[in-house]
Amino acid sequence: MFLETKNLTKKFGGLTAVNNVDFAIEQGKINAIIGPNGAGKSTFFNLISGFHPPSSGQIIFKGQDITNLPSNKIAELGVARTFQTTNLFDQATVLDNVIVGHRLRTKSNLFDAILRTKRLKREEQQCREKAIEVLDFVGLTDVSHKLAGGLSQEEKKRVAFALGLATNPEIIFLDEPAAGVNPDETEGLAELMVKMVESGVTVCLIEHKMSMIMKLADRIMVLNYGEKIAEGTPTEIKNNDAVIKAYLGGSAIA
Amino acid sequence: MATIFKQRNMIAFFILIALVFPFLTNNNYLIHVMTLAFIWMIAVYGLNLLAGYTGYLSLAHAGFFAIGAYSLSLLTTKAEMNYWLAFVLALIITSVLGLLVGLISLRTKEHFFAIYTLCVGYIIYLVIDKWDSLTGGIRGLIGIPSPANIGPLTFNTPVANYYLVLFFLLLTILIMYRIVHSLTGRTFIAIRNSEDLAQTIGISTMTNKLLVFVISTFFAGLAGALYASFIRFIGPDIGYINVTFDILTYLIVGGIGTLSGPIVGTIIIVWVSQQLQFLQDYRMMIFGPILTLLVIFYPRGISGGIYDWTMKRKEKKRQNIDKNQQMISAQETSAASNKNG
Amino acid sequence: MDILIQQLFNGLTLGSVYSLVALGLTLVYGILHIPNFAHGALYMVGGYITLTMMTQAGLNYWLAIVVSCVVVGGLAVLMERLVFHPLRHAPAIHDKIAAIGIMLFLEALVQFIWGADYQTMTSPYGAVVNVAGVTLTMQRLLIIIATVLVMAILYFFLKKTFTGATIIAMSQNREGANLVGINTNRVAMLTFLISGALAAIAVSLAAPINLVFPGMGHLVLTKAFVIIILGGMGSIPGAIAGGYILGFTESLGATYISNDYKDLIAFVLLVLILTIKPNGLFAKGGH
Repeated sequence: MFLETKNLTKKFGGLTAVNNVDFAIEQGKINAIIGPNGAGKSTFFNLISGFHPPSSGQIIFKGQDITNLPSNKIAELGVARTFQTTNLFDQATVLDNVIVGHRLRTKSNLFDAILRTKRLKREEQQCREKAIEVLDFVGLTDVSHKLAGGLSQEEKKRVAFALGLATNPEIIFLDEPAAGVNPDETEGLAELMVKMVESGVTVCLIEHKMSMIMKLADRIMVLNYGEKIAEGTPTEIKNNDAVIKAYLGGSAIA
Repeated sequence: MATIFKQRNMIAFFILIALVFPFLTNNNYLIHVMTLAFIWMIAVYGLNLLAGYTGYLSLAHAGFFAIGAYSLSLLTTKAEMNYWLAFVLALIITSVLGLLVGLISLRTKEHFFAIYTLCVGYIIYLVIDKWDSLTGGIRGLIGIPSPANIGPLTFNTPVANYYLVLFFLLLTILIMYRIVHSLTGRTFIAIRNSEDLAQTIGISTMTNKLLVFVISTFFAGLAGALYASFIRFIGPDIGYINVTFDILTYLIVGGIGTLSGPIVGTIIIVWVSQQLQFLQDYRMMIFGPILTLLVIFYPRGISGGIYDWTMKRKEKKRQNIDKNQQMISAQETSAASNKNG
Repeated sequence: MDILIQQLFNGLTLGSVYSLVALGLTLVYGILHIPNFAHGALYMVGGYITLTMMTQAGLNYWLAIVVSCVVVGGLAVLMERLVFHPLRHAPAIHDKIAAIGIMLFLEALVQFIWGADYQTMTSPYGAVVNVAGVTLTMQRLLIIIATVLVMAILYFFLKKTFTGATIIAMSQNREGANLVGINTNRVAMLTFLISGALAAIAVSLAAPINLVFPGMGHLVLTKAFVIIILGGMGSIPGAIAGGYILGFTESLGATYISNDYKDLIAFVLLVLILTIKPNGLFAKGGH
């Protein structure tokens, strides 16, 4: 398995946010995690990307135990992640904002910076080229010289993708990538995710937009109250009693 | 037109004026004031990198300024060390203490960090004030030597001191410029934008925050050491919170998070303070509200405002070019279809 | 033994003043999540108003305190409306800087009007009494009694009145409070008013046994921050407990360790706590 969690649990005081979740992600597929609000999806992401240490359980990536690694080390290993809101430097251009995405693959330090060594110039060039490349990939080349503060919601989402892609990841976790985005734009983002997988980056996302998930995902896991209540293909999930019950009254097939 | 106000040009302009300033005036008092302003600018640059570019407001800044000043003073007066050796040692001492403080304080965030550094600043002040046997307590230290000769260069006159301090200021500006325009600078900015996001793009936030904290204390200490051998006597009050607030005011007025901000802010406030001599100790009656109003209505300060304005103009230009391109290609398409039609 | 009891009593006095100041600070933090750096300036202004009312306007001690409460409370409300309210969506760093600007202004203003000298405030309670073998001035006794009274009133107000409940509601969940129809703006103003009044009462009680000078708010403010971090930012019992803990520690420390460095105790305490628990003593876990 490409990335898997075993018995992953997270307790905050008396509250169990994630309870004994086993999840396996296959390389090259689009995996989705869904569930009602408060089901523990974001906490699950936070555990995988290293923001909280789990109370128990393991996370294994390409055979390596990454359970207790800090977030930046996990990113170095090839696990990227986006957030629901992306805070950018509004007074700088989109390109300027994305350049730092490739920083983790560079070695320049303070002295390189002060002395403007060849290594710094070379690595700056590398980062800049990478930024141009990923911005082109996500379709934002036309706005790369626009100030980040003037971007639309959908464009900001794409920049978040670009930042993640600039780290040269093997898998990227997207936290509600289509939130606050209209149906047409949602289509566009879905196509972008397919493109990412085709270019070799496995995708795992949290989403609430059912129609998008059903069309897009290869495998879906459903969380409720921190526990996995179902796992399978979209068809299997759609007809799963437990899932329907969990969503009863909610925007089930939106 | 906009290029006049580019950061680089503003700084270049300042450097030019600064270099010839002593030739434009014979007034030693003015030269003294300018030298002092340069010293403050160095301290402001230190805070700018930490608070402006990385987003961590340290209220202990004056404390490190005082450590630099007292280190130099004690090493030269009590330990009777060679001046420049003492100078370098003072910088090292300040930076090492900065490292120690940073190691603990940087595990806290935002409010806690500000309060924590506020307390550290107080501790430094109180220790200097009360440790009579070491620091002379409230009486302070006197007889601090001015910089020792370097070869044929002597630093006994106001003009010589002016250029020495200017030299260090220019060095500071150069270093800051290079840091900010490098991957290291971009890393700091990423941390400011969002520490969580910075972590997910592989940045070790703790290491980088520590680095920038130490750099900021280094420059605070540099300013302090220069201050000590310029004014020749110091007291615990140079480490008091008011000094931090002064530096902060210069920074906000000039433009926090910009490269020319420290220069602009310090010059303006020092100059205005000179004009308002009659207000002396009450100048905060003017600057206090200015600080508050600025932060509410114009947090980017003067240089920040100019920078934003030039960026907006660039945007407009680009939009106009795009529009023109679109019009031209639209015309071409319609011309082509007319031909074929 | 006598000395110990004496110092414990001093600690009680000191702790009372600290608690009142910390209470005001923690109330404001609880509802707005702003550490009000200008709180020390409110404290200081209160001291000068009380002093002036007594010396210039010839009011008696208690009336002067009432006037001070009104003025400082009003000042606090102004601060909330004109500064903190506009900045509610700005990055956290702006609140702090704006508060610092206000503080600098008030200090300079006070110095301009009243001069930088240390002034004394005489209270009508300077008589010395002997209680259970401990010699103390009436003022110190008064501080303790008044503080307990004020805390009792505050407790009654917060727990038993509707308005008080709105403050608690807002401190627990601002969004939720808004949604159930609580006017969060009014609550914010009220909370600032109370915090200002508390500061005025604290300084008026403490000033007769200390001095009045423009910088008097600095140390108190910084220590108040230590207290609310000790006790939990936004926690009322925490502010009270923390205030007394610090009062006792300082009092005993001044006697048995060193009087010169007694002020350091609070800060060293804070450094120790934040080193071990960077999110404060009572941080709740995670997201």
